[in-house]
Amino acid sequence: MPDVASLPGALGVSPGLSFGSRLRGYLRAIGAVIWKDLAAELRSRELLGGMLVFALLVILIFNFALELDVRTRQTVTSGVLWATFAFAGTLGLNRSMAIEKDRGCLDGLLLAPVDRSALYFGKMLGNLTFMLIVEAIVLPTYSVLYNTNLFNPGLVLVILLGSIGYVVVGTLLSAMAVQARTRDVLLPILLFPVILPVLIAAVKASNGYLQGLEAADILPWLNLLIVFDVIFTAAAFMVFEYVVDE
Amino acid sequence: MIEVHGLVKAFGLKPILRGVDLNVAEGEFVALVGPNGAGKTTLLRILASLSRPTAGEVRVGGHRLPARASEARMILGVVSHQPLLYGDLTAEENLRFYGRMYGIPDLDQRLAQVLKTVGLWPRRRDLVREFSRGMQQRLSIGRAILHDPQVMLFDEPHTGLDQEASAMLDELLRQVAARGRTVLMTSHDLSRASDLAERIDILSKGVIAGTYKRGELGPGELPEIYREVTHA
Repeated sequence: MPDVASLPGALGVSPGLSFGSRLRGYLRAIGAVIWKDLAAELRSRELLGGMLVFALLVILIFNFALELDVRTRQTVTSGVLWATFAFAGTLGLNRSMAIEKDRGCLDGLLLAPVDRSALYFGKMLGNLTFMLIVEAIVLPTYSVLYNTNLFNPGLVLVILLGSIGYVVVGTLLSAMAVQARTRDVLLPILLFPVILPVLIAAVKASNGYLQGLEAADILPWLNLLIVFDVIFTAAAFMVFEYVVDE
Repeated sequence: MIEVHGLVKAFGLKPILRGVDLNVAEGEFVALVGPNGAGKTTLLRILASLSRPTAGEVRVGGHRLPARASEARMILGVVSHQPLLYGDLTAEENLRFYGRMYGIPDLDQRLAQVLKTVGLWPRRRDLVREFSRGMQQRLSIGRAILHDPQVMLFDEPHTGLDQEASAMLDELLRQVAARGRTVLMTSHDLSRASDLAERIDILSKGVIAGTYKRGELGPGELPEIYREVTHA
Protein backbone atom coordinates (compact mmCIF):
# COMPACT_ATOMS: atom_id res chain seq x y z
CA MET A 1 0.00 0.00 0.00
CA PRO A 2 1.34 3.48 -0.76
CA ASP A 3 2.16 5.70 2.19
CA VAL A 4 -0.43 8.47 1.94
CA ALA A 5 1.95 11.01 3.41
CA SER A 6 4.31 10.42 0.49
CA LEU A 7 1.70 11.01 -2.21
CA PRO A 8 2.73 14.04 -4.25
CA GLY A 9 -0.05 16.60 -3.88
CA ALA A 10 -1.15 19.31 -6.26
CA LEU A 11 -0.97 23.07 -5.71
CA GLY A 12 -2.51 23.98 -2.40
CA VAL A 13 -1.79 20.56 -0.87
CA SER A 14 1.18 19.23 1.08
CA PRO A 15 2.92 22.52 1.87
CA GLY A 16 6.15 20.58 2.58
CA LEU A 17 6.59 19.75 -1.12
CA SER A 18 8.62 21.95 -3.42
CA PHE A 19 6.86 24.30 -5.84
CA GLY A 20 8.06 22.09 -8.72
CA SER A 21 6.39 18.94 -7.38
CA ARG A 22 3.21 20.82 -6.54
CA LEU A 23 3.12 22.28 -10.05
CA ARG A 24 3.66 18.81 -11.52
CA GLY A 25 0.76 17.54 -9.39
CA TYR A 26 -1.41 20.41 -10.60
CA LEU A 27 -0.61 19.76 -14.27
CA ARG A 28 -1.06 16.00 -13.76
CA ALA A 29 -4.58 16.62 -12.39
CA ILE A 30 -5.44 18.83 -15.39
CA GLY A 31 -4.11 16.14 -17.73
CA ALA A 32 -6.08 13.42 -15.93
CA VAL A 33 -9.37 15.31 -16.32
CA ILE A 34 -8.72 15.96 -20.03
CA TRP A 35 -7.74 12.29 -20.61
CA LYS A 36 -10.87 11.10 -18.79
CA ASP A 37 -13.17 13.38 -20.86
CA LEU A 38 -11.57 12.37 -24.17
CA ALA A 39 -11.54 8.63 -23.34
CA ALA A 40 -15.21 8.66 -22.27
CA GLU A 41 -16.21 10.68 -25.34
CA LEU A 42 -14.28 8.40 -27.68
CA ARG A 43 -16.54 5.56 -26.48
CA SER A 44 -19.92 7.25 -26.23
CA ARG A 45 -19.58 9.98 -28.93
CA GLU A 46 -22.66 11.55 -27.32
CA LEU A 47 -21.27 15.02 -26.87
CA LEU A 48 -19.43 15.41 -30.19
CA GLY A 49 -22.20 13.64 -32.10
CA GLY A 50 -24.84 15.98 -30.72
CA MET A 51 -22.77 19.11 -31.34
CA LEU A 52 -21.83 18.10 -34.87
CA VAL A 53 -25.31 17.12 -36.03
CA PHE A 54 -26.73 20.33 -34.58
CA ALA A 55 -24.00 22.51 -36.17
CA LEU A 56 -24.39 20.89 -39.59
CA LEU A 57 -28.17 21.25 -39.45
CA VAL A 58 -27.87 24.95 -38.60
CA ILE A 59 -25.57 25.74 -41.55
CA LEU A 60 -27.77 23.62 -43.84
CA ILE A 61 -30.89 25.54 -42.76
CA PHE A 62 -29.12 28.88 -43.25
CA ASN A 63 -27.95 27.67 -46.66
CA PHE A 64 -31.52 27.12 -47.85
CA ALA A 65 -33.01 30.06 -45.96
CA LEU A 66 -30.54 32.62 -47.30
CA GLU A 67 -30.53 32.16 -51.07
CA LEU A 68 -27.93 34.83 -51.61
CA ASP A 69 -25.50 35.80 -54.32
CA VAL A 70 -21.81 35.10 -53.74
CA ARG A 71 -21.01 38.68 -52.64
CA THR A 72 -23.81 38.87 -50.07
CA ARG A 73 -22.94 35.41 -48.79
CA GLN A 74 -19.49 36.66 -47.84
CA THR A 75 -21.00 39.38 -45.66
CA VAL A 76 -23.19 36.95 -43.68
CA THR A 77 -20.61 34.17 -43.37
CA SER A 78 -19.07 35.28 -40.05
CA GLY A 79 -22.48 35.79 -38.44
CA VAL A 80 -23.75 32.37 -39.54
CA LEU A 81 -20.53 30.68 -38.42
CA TRP A 82 -20.50 32.21 -34.94
CA ALA A 83 -24.23 31.63 -34.40
CA THR A 84 -23.60 27.96 -35.28
CA PHE A 85 -20.58 27.67 -32.97
CA ALA A 86 -22.36 29.39 -30.09
CA PHE A 87 -25.50 27.22 -30.22
CA ALA A 88 -23.61 23.95 -30.79
CA GLY A 89 -21.18 24.93 -28.02
CA THR A 90 -24.03 25.32 -25.52
CA LEU A 91 -25.11 21.73 -26.21
CA GLY A 92 -21.56 20.52 -25.57
CA LEU A 93 -21.10 22.53 -22.37
CA ASN A 94 -24.40 21.30 -20.93
CA ARG A 95 -23.60 17.68 -21.72
CA SER A 96 -20.02 17.87 -20.46
CA MET A 97 -21.09 19.02 -16.99
CA ALA A 98 -24.23 16.82 -16.88
CA ILE A 99 -21.97 13.74 -17.20
CA GLU A 100 -20.23 14.84 -13.99
CA LYS A 101 -23.46 15.51 -12.13
CA ASP A 102 -25.62 12.54 -13.14
CA ARG A 103 -23.67 9.78 -11.42
CA GLY A 104 -22.29 11.96 -8.64
CA CYS A 105 -18.90 12.15 -10.38
CA LEU A 106 -18.61 15.86 -9.62
CA ASP A 107 -18.33 14.87 -5.94
CA GLY A 108 -15.64 12.36 -6.92
CA LEU A 109 -13.68 15.17 -8.59
CA LEU A 110 -14.19 17.54 -5.66
CA LEU A 111 -12.95 14.87 -3.23
CA ALA A 112 -9.56 14.73 -4.95
CA PRO A 113 -6.80 16.50 -3.00
CA VAL A 114 -6.06 18.98 -5.76
CA ASP A 115 -6.64 22.68 -6.09
CA ARG A 116 -10.13 23.00 -7.53
CA SER A 117 -8.93 25.35 -10.25
CA ALA A 118 -7.11 22.30 -11.73
CA LEU A 119 -10.53 20.65 -12.18
CA TYR A 120 -11.76 23.79 -13.91
CA PHE A 121 -8.82 23.95 -16.31
CA GLY A 122 -9.14 20.23 -17.07
CA LYS A 123 -12.83 20.57 -17.92
CA MET A 124 -12.25 23.81 -19.81
CA LEU A 125 -9.47 22.36 -22.00
CA GLY A 126 -11.56 19.23 -22.65
CA ASN A 127 -14.49 21.42 -23.75
CA LEU A 128 -12.17 23.51 -25.92
CA THR A 129 -10.89 20.36 -27.65
CA PHE A 130 -14.47 19.27 -28.46
CA MET A 131 -15.36 22.75 -29.71
CA LEU A 132 -12.28 22.90 -31.97
CA ILE A 133 -13.02 19.42 -33.40
CA VAL A 134 -16.56 20.54 -34.30
CA GLU A 135 -15.24 23.76 -35.84
CA ALA A 136 -12.64 21.85 -37.86
CA ILE A 137 -15.44 19.79 -39.42
CA VAL A 138 -17.92 22.66 -39.83
CA LEU A 139 -15.49 25.01 -41.65
CA PRO A 140 -14.83 22.83 -44.75
CA THR A 141 -18.52 21.84 -44.89
CA TYR A 142 -19.48 25.51 -44.84
CA SER A 143 -16.91 26.28 -47.54
CA VAL A 144 -18.45 23.68 -49.84
CA LEU A 145 -22.09 24.56 -49.17
CA TYR A 146 -21.63 28.34 -49.42
CA ASN A 147 -18.92 28.22 -52.08
CA THR A 148 -16.76 30.48 -49.89
CA ASN A 149 -13.05 30.09 -49.18
CA LEU A 150 -12.58 29.99 -45.39
CA PHE A 151 -9.00 28.77 -45.34
CA ASN A 152 -7.51 31.96 -43.98
CA PRO A 153 -4.89 31.94 -41.16
CA GLY A 154 -6.38 35.14 -39.71
CA LEU A 155 -9.82 33.57 -39.52
CA VAL A 156 -8.34 30.49 -37.82
CA LEU A 157 -6.72 32.76 -35.21
CA VAL A 158 -10.05 34.53 -34.56
CA ILE A 159 -11.86 31.20 -34.22
CA LEU A 160 -9.24 30.01 -31.73
CA LEU A 161 -9.41 33.19 -29.61
CA GLY A 162 -13.22 33.33 -29.79
CA SER A 163 -13.55 29.65 -28.85
CA ILE A 164 -11.23 30.12 -25.87
CA GLY A 165 -13.33 33.06 -24.61
CA TYR A 166 -16.56 31.12 -25.15
CA VAL A 167 -15.34 27.99 -23.37
CA VAL A 168 -13.63 29.84 -20.49
CA VAL A 169 -16.93 31.51 -19.52
CA GLY A 170 -19.11 28.58 -20.60
CA THR A 171 -17.31 26.02 -18.42
CA LEU A 172 -17.60 28.25 -15.35
CA LEU A 173 -21.29 28.99 -15.92
CA SER A 174 -22.13 25.36 -16.75
CA ALA A 175 -20.61 24.35 -13.38
CA MET A 176 -22.98 26.87 -11.82
CA ALA A 177 -26.03 25.89 -13.88
CA VAL A 178 -25.57 22.14 -13.38
CA GLN A 179 -26.66 22.46 -9.75
CA ALA A 180 -30.11 23.65 -10.91
CA ARG A 181 -32.95 21.41 -12.07
CA THR A 182 -33.51 23.70 -15.06
CA ARG A 183 -29.84 23.52 -16.13
CA ASP A 184 -30.59 23.01 -19.86
CA VAL A 185 -32.52 26.28 -20.01
CA LEU A 186 -30.43 28.13 -17.45
CA LEU A 187 -27.04 27.83 -19.20
CA PRO A 188 -27.89 29.76 -22.40
CA ILE A 189 -29.72 32.41 -20.36
CA LEU A 190 -26.64 32.94 -18.19
CA LEU A 191 -24.06 32.44 -20.92
CA PHE A 192 -25.18 34.54 -23.90
CA PRO A 193 -25.31 37.95 -22.15
CA VAL A 194 -21.80 37.40 -20.75
CA ILE A 195 -20.20 36.22 -24.00
CA LEU A 196 -21.82 38.93 -26.12
CA PRO A 197 -18.52 40.91 -26.30
CA VAL A 198 -16.74 37.75 -27.53
CA LEU A 199 -19.35 37.05 -30.17
CA ILE A 200 -19.42 40.66 -31.43
CA ALA A 201 -15.61 40.88 -31.55
CA ALA A 202 -15.32 37.45 -33.19
CA VAL A 203 -17.94 38.26 -35.85
CA LYS A 204 -16.33 41.64 -36.62
CA ALA A 205 -12.78 40.22 -36.77
CA SER A 206 -13.85 37.20 -38.87
CA ASN A 207 -15.69 39.50 -41.24
CA GLY A 208 -12.62 41.71 -41.47
CA TYR A 209 -10.43 38.80 -42.57
CA LEU A 210 -13.04 37.46 -45.02
CA GLN A 211 -13.54 40.92 -46.57
CA GLY A 212 -9.77 41.46 -46.78
CA LEU A 213 -9.77 44.58 -44.55
CA GLU A 214 -6.56 46.24 -43.33
CA ALA A 215 -4.91 44.81 -40.20
CA ALA A 216 -5.45 48.15 -38.41
CA ASP A 217 -9.24 47.71 -38.80
CA ILE A 218 -9.18 44.17 -37.39
CA LEU A 219 -6.66 44.66 -34.58
CA PRO A 220 -9.03 46.37 -32.07
CA TRP A 221 -11.39 43.36 -32.26
CA LEU A 222 -8.51 40.92 -31.84
CA ASN A 223 -7.29 42.91 -28.84
CA LEU A 224 -10.77 42.78 -27.32
CA LEU A 225 -10.81 38.96 -27.74
CA ILE A 226 -7.38 38.62 -26.11
CA VAL A 227 -8.30 40.89 -23.19
CA PHE A 228 -11.60 39.04 -22.65
CA ASP A 229 -9.80 35.66 -22.67
CA VAL A 230 -7.18 36.79 -20.16
CA ILE A 231 -9.62 38.52 -17.77
CA PHE A 232 -12.16 35.72 -17.70
CA THR A 233 -9.51 32.99 -17.37
CA ALA A 234 -8.16 34.81 -14.31
CA ALA A 235 -11.67 35.35 -12.93
CA ALA A 236 -12.61 31.68 -13.40
CA PHE A 237 -9.34 30.60 -11.72
CA MET A 238 -10.29 32.67 -8.67
CA VAL A 239 -14.02 31.94 -8.36
CA PHE A 240 -14.41 28.29 -9.48
CA GLU A 241 -13.94 26.96 -5.93
CA TYR A 242 -16.86 29.11 -4.71
CA VAL A 243 -19.03 28.12 -7.68
CA VAL A 244 -18.79 24.39 -6.87
CA ASP A 245 -18.99 24.83 -3.09
CA GLU A 246 -22.21 23.83 -1.32
CA MET B 1 -9.54 11.22 14.18
CA ILE B 2 -12.90 12.93 13.56
CA GLU B 3 -13.83 15.77 15.91
CA VAL B 4 -17.05 17.74 15.56
CA HIS B 5 -18.12 20.38 18.07
CA GLY B 6 -21.32 22.43 17.94
CA LEU B 7 -21.78 21.85 14.21
CA VAL B 8 -24.64 23.80 12.68
CA LYS B 9 -25.65 23.60 9.03
CA ALA B 10 -28.56 25.49 7.52
CA PHE B 11 -29.74 25.68 3.92
CA GLY B 12 -31.19 29.16 3.68
CA LEU B 13 -33.36 29.60 6.77
CA LYS B 14 -33.85 25.85 7.25
CA PRO B 15 -31.51 24.33 9.86
CA ILE B 16 -30.51 20.71 9.17
CA LEU B 17 -27.83 20.20 11.84
CA ARG B 18 -28.49 22.04 15.11
CA GLY B 19 -25.30 21.60 17.13
CA VAL B 20 -23.77 18.19 16.47
CA ASP B 21 -21.00 16.94 18.79
CA LEU B 22 -19.22 13.83 17.57
CA ASN B 23 -15.86 12.20 18.18
CA VAL B 24 -14.54 9.14 16.37
CA ALA B 25 -11.25 7.77 17.66
CA GLU B 26 -8.50 6.37 15.43
CA GLY B 27 -9.38 2.86 14.21
CA GLU B 28 -12.96 3.05 15.51
CA PHE B 29 -15.97 1.91 13.39
CA VAL B 30 -18.99 4.07 14.15
CA ALA B 31 -22.43 3.71 12.59
CA LEU B 32 -24.62 6.79 12.40
CA VAL B 33 -28.29 5.88 12.25
CA GLY B 34 -31.35 8.10 12.10
CA PRO B 35 -34.60 8.70 10.27
CA ASN B 36 -34.83 10.31 6.83
CA GLY B 37 -34.08 14.03 7.00
CA ALA B 38 -32.14 13.76 10.27
CA GLY B 39 -29.05 15.21 8.57
CA LYS B 40 -26.86 12.10 8.20
CA THR B 41 -25.84 12.80 4.60
CA THR B 42 -25.36 16.51 5.34
CA LEU B 43 -23.00 15.63 8.21
CA LEU B 44 -21.02 13.23 6.04
CA ARG B 45 -20.77 15.79 3.22
CA ILE B 46 -19.35 18.34 5.66
CA LEU B 47 -16.81 15.79 6.95
CA ALA B 48 -15.89 15.01 3.32
CA SER B 49 -15.33 18.76 2.72
CA LEU B 50 -18.04 18.77 0.06
CA SER B 51 -20.16 21.20 2.06
CA ARG B 52 -19.22 24.10 4.36
CA PRO B 53 -20.49 24.24 7.93
CA THR B 54 -22.62 27.22 8.89
CA ALA B 55 -21.12 27.25 12.41
CA GLY B 56 -19.08 24.99 14.69
CA GLU B 57 -15.75 23.26 14.51
CA VAL B 58 -14.90 20.24 12.36
CA ARG B 59 -11.52 18.46 12.25
CA VAL B 60 -10.56 15.38 10.27
CA GLY B 61 -7.17 13.87 11.09
CA GLY B 62 -6.36 17.10 12.94
CA HIS B 63 -7.03 19.23 9.84
CA ARG B 64 -9.64 21.89 10.42
CA LEU B 65 -12.37 22.17 7.78
CA PRO B 66 -12.90 23.97 5.51
CA ALA B 67 -9.58 25.85 5.90
CA ARG B 68 -7.37 22.73 5.55
CA ALA B 69 -9.72 20.78 3.29
CA SER B 70 -7.04 19.74 0.79
CA GLU B 71 -4.96 18.07 3.51
CA ALA B 72 -8.05 16.38 4.95
CA ARG B 73 -9.01 15.03 1.51
CA MET B 74 -5.63 13.29 1.27
CA ILE B 75 -6.56 11.01 4.19
CA LEU B 76 -10.25 10.60 3.35
CA GLY B 77 -12.01 7.90 1.35
CA VAL B 78 -15.71 8.39 0.62
CA VAL B 79 -18.31 5.89 -0.58
CA SER B 80 -21.81 7.22 -1.14
CA HIS B 81 -24.98 5.60 -2.48
CA GLN B 82 -24.01 7.09 -5.86
CA PRO B 83 -21.03 5.29 -7.41
CA LEU B 84 -18.99 8.42 -8.39
CA LEU B 85 -17.78 6.41 -11.40
CA TYR B 86 -17.87 7.10 -15.13
CA GLY B 87 -20.11 4.67 -17.01
CA ASP B 88 -18.24 5.11 -20.31
CA LEU B 89 -14.88 4.13 -18.79
CA THR B 90 -13.82 0.62 -17.84
CA ALA B 91 -13.28 -0.36 -14.20
CA GLU B 92 -9.51 -0.06 -14.67
CA GLU B 93 -9.76 3.32 -16.46
CA ASN B 94 -11.95 4.72 -13.67
CA LEU B 95 -9.40 3.72 -11.02
CA ARG B 96 -6.51 4.92 -13.19
CA PHE B 97 -8.17 8.33 -13.49
CA TYR B 98 -8.65 8.66 -9.73
CA GLY B 99 -5.15 7.29 -9.13
CA ARG B 100 -3.71 10.10 -11.27
CA MET B 101 -5.79 12.67 -9.40
CA TYR B 102 -4.28 11.44 -6.12
CA GLY B 103 -0.78 11.15 -7.59
CA ILE B 104 -0.36 7.52 -6.54
CA PRO B 105 3.10 6.10 -7.28
CA ASP B 106 3.40 2.64 -8.94
CA LEU B 107 -0.16 3.02 -10.13
CA ASP B 108 -0.34 -0.17 -12.23
CA GLN B 109 0.65 -2.30 -9.27
CA ARG B 110 -1.77 -0.52 -6.95
CA LEU B 111 -4.63 -0.84 -9.47
CA ALA B 112 -4.11 -4.59 -9.70
CA GLN B 113 -4.01 -4.87 -5.90
CA VAL B 114 -7.25 -2.91 -5.42
CA LEU B 115 -9.12 -4.63 -8.26
CA LYS B 116 -8.23 -8.00 -6.75
CA THR B 117 -9.30 -6.84 -3.28
CA VAL B 118 -12.77 -5.85 -4.51
CA GLY B 119 -13.03 -8.98 -6.68
CA LEU B 120 -13.21 -7.18 -10.02
CA TRP B 121 -9.86 -8.12 -11.55
CA PRO B 122 -11.45 -10.44 -14.17
CA ARG B 123 -13.91 -7.65 -15.15
CA ARG B 124 -11.33 -4.83 -15.19
CA ARG B 125 -11.72 -4.16 -18.93
CA ASP B 126 -15.54 -4.01 -18.85
CA LEU B 127 -17.40 -0.72 -19.00
CA VAL B 128 -18.81 0.38 -15.65
CA ARG B 129 -22.24 1.06 -17.19
CA GLU B 130 -22.49 -2.69 -17.85
CA PHE B 131 -21.88 -3.51 -14.17
CA SER B 132 -24.62 -4.51 -11.74
CA ARG B 133 -25.33 -2.17 -8.83
CA GLY B 134 -23.40 -4.47 -6.49
CA MET B 135 -20.34 -4.51 -8.74
CA GLN B 136 -20.45 -0.72 -9.08
CA GLN B 137 -20.54 -0.39 -5.32
CA ARG B 138 -17.56 -2.72 -4.95
CA LEU B 139 -15.64 -0.69 -7.50
CA SER B 140 -16.71 2.44 -5.65
CA ILE B 141 -15.04 1.04 -2.53
CA GLY B 142 -11.97 0.29 -4.64
CA ARG B 143 -11.95 3.93 -5.76
CA ALA B 144 -12.22 5.09 -2.15
CA ILE B 145 -9.38 2.90 -0.81
CA LEU B 146 -7.06 3.49 -3.79
CA HIS B 147 -4.91 6.05 -1.94
CA ASP B 148 -5.02 4.01 1.30
CA PRO B 149 -6.94 6.62 3.33
CA GLN B 150 -6.89 6.63 7.13
CA VAL B 151 -10.53 7.71 7.41
CA MET B 152 -13.43 6.13 5.49
CA LEU B 153 -16.89 7.69 5.21
CA PHE B 154 -19.73 5.45 3.98
CA ASP B 155 -23.06 7.08 3.19
CA GLU B 156 -25.73 4.37 3.13
CA PRO B 157 -23.55 2.05 1.04
CA HIS B 158 -26.15 -0.77 1.01
CA THR B 159 -28.81 1.32 -0.80
CA GLY B 160 -30.21 -0.59 -3.78
CA LEU B 161 -28.21 -3.79 -3.17
CA ASP B 162 -29.75 -7.27 -3.04
CA GLN B 163 -29.02 -9.72 -0.18
CA GLU B 164 -26.02 -11.33 -1.86
CA ALA B 165 -24.43 -8.03 -2.86
CA SER B 166 -25.08 -6.61 0.63
CA ALA B 167 -23.37 -9.61 2.25
CA MET B 168 -20.40 -9.17 -0.09
CA LEU B 169 -20.25 -5.47 0.75
CA ASP B 170 -20.35 -6.28 4.50
CA GLU B 171 -17.35 -8.54 4.05
CA LEU B 172 -15.54 -5.78 2.19
CA LEU B 173 -16.42 -3.25 4.91
CA ARG B 174 -14.99 -5.60 7.55
CA GLN B 175 -11.78 -5.93 5.51
CA VAL B 176 -11.55 -2.14 5.18
CA ALA B 177 -12.05 -1.67 8.94
CA ALA B 178 -9.68 -4.52 9.82
CA ARG B 179 -6.79 -2.52 8.36
CA GLY B 180 -7.08 -0.10 11.28
CA ARG B 181 -8.94 2.58 9.39
CA THR B 182 -11.34 4.92 11.12
CA VAL B 183 -14.81 4.32 9.67
CA LEU B 184 -17.99 6.38 9.93
CA MET B 185 -20.99 4.82 8.18
CA THR B 186 -24.56 6.10 7.91
CA SER B 187 -27.30 3.49 7.63
CA HIS B 188 -31.01 2.88 7.94
CA ASP B 189 -30.46 -0.78 8.73
CA LEU B 190 -30.13 -1.13 12.52
CA SER B 191 -29.21 -4.82 12.57
CA ARG B 192 -26.50 -4.33 9.95
CA ALA B 193 -25.19 -1.24 11.76
CA SER B 194 -24.96 -3.06 15.10
CA ASP B 195 -23.39 -6.06 13.37
CA LEU B 196 -20.62 -4.05 11.69
CA ALA B 197 -19.90 -1.12 14.00
CA GLU B 198 -18.39 -0.93 17.47
CA ARG B 199 -20.48 2.11 18.35
CA ILE B 200 -23.88 3.32 17.19
CA ASP B 201 -24.78 7.01 17.30
CA ILE B 202 -28.38 8.06 16.72
CA LEU B 203 -28.83 11.34 14.84
CA SER B 204 -32.29 12.77 15.27
CA LYS B 205 -33.65 16.26 14.57
CA GLY B 206 -30.18 17.58 13.78
CA VAL B 207 -28.38 16.47 16.97
CA ILE B 208 -26.72 13.27 18.24
CA ALA B 209 -29.52 12.02 20.47
CA GLY B 210 -27.84 8.85 21.74
CA THR B 211 -24.51 6.97 21.73
CA TYR B 212 -24.32 3.22 22.42
CA LYS B 213 -21.41 0.75 22.45
CA ARG B 214 -22.18 -2.57 20.77
CA GLY B 215 -21.21 -4.58 23.88
CA GLU B 216 -23.59 -2.58 26.06
CA LEU B 217 -26.67 -3.44 24.03
CA GLY B 218 -28.72 -6.55 24.68
CA PRO B 219 -30.16 -8.61 21.81
CA GLY B 220 -32.98 -6.72 20.11
CA GLU B 221 -32.48 -3.71 22.37
CA LEU B 222 -31.30 -1.27 19.67
CA PRO B 223 -34.61 -1.01 17.72
CA GLU B 224 -36.44 -0.21 20.95
CA ILE B 225 -33.92 2.47 21.98
CA TYR B 226 -33.98 3.86 18.44
CA ARG B 227 -37.78 4.18 18.53
CA GLU B 228 -37.69 5.92 21.90
CA VAL B 229 -34.93 8.33 20.92
CA THR B 230 -36.29 9.28 17.50
CA HIS B 231 -39.87 9.72 18.75
CA ALA B 232 -38.92 11.70 21.87
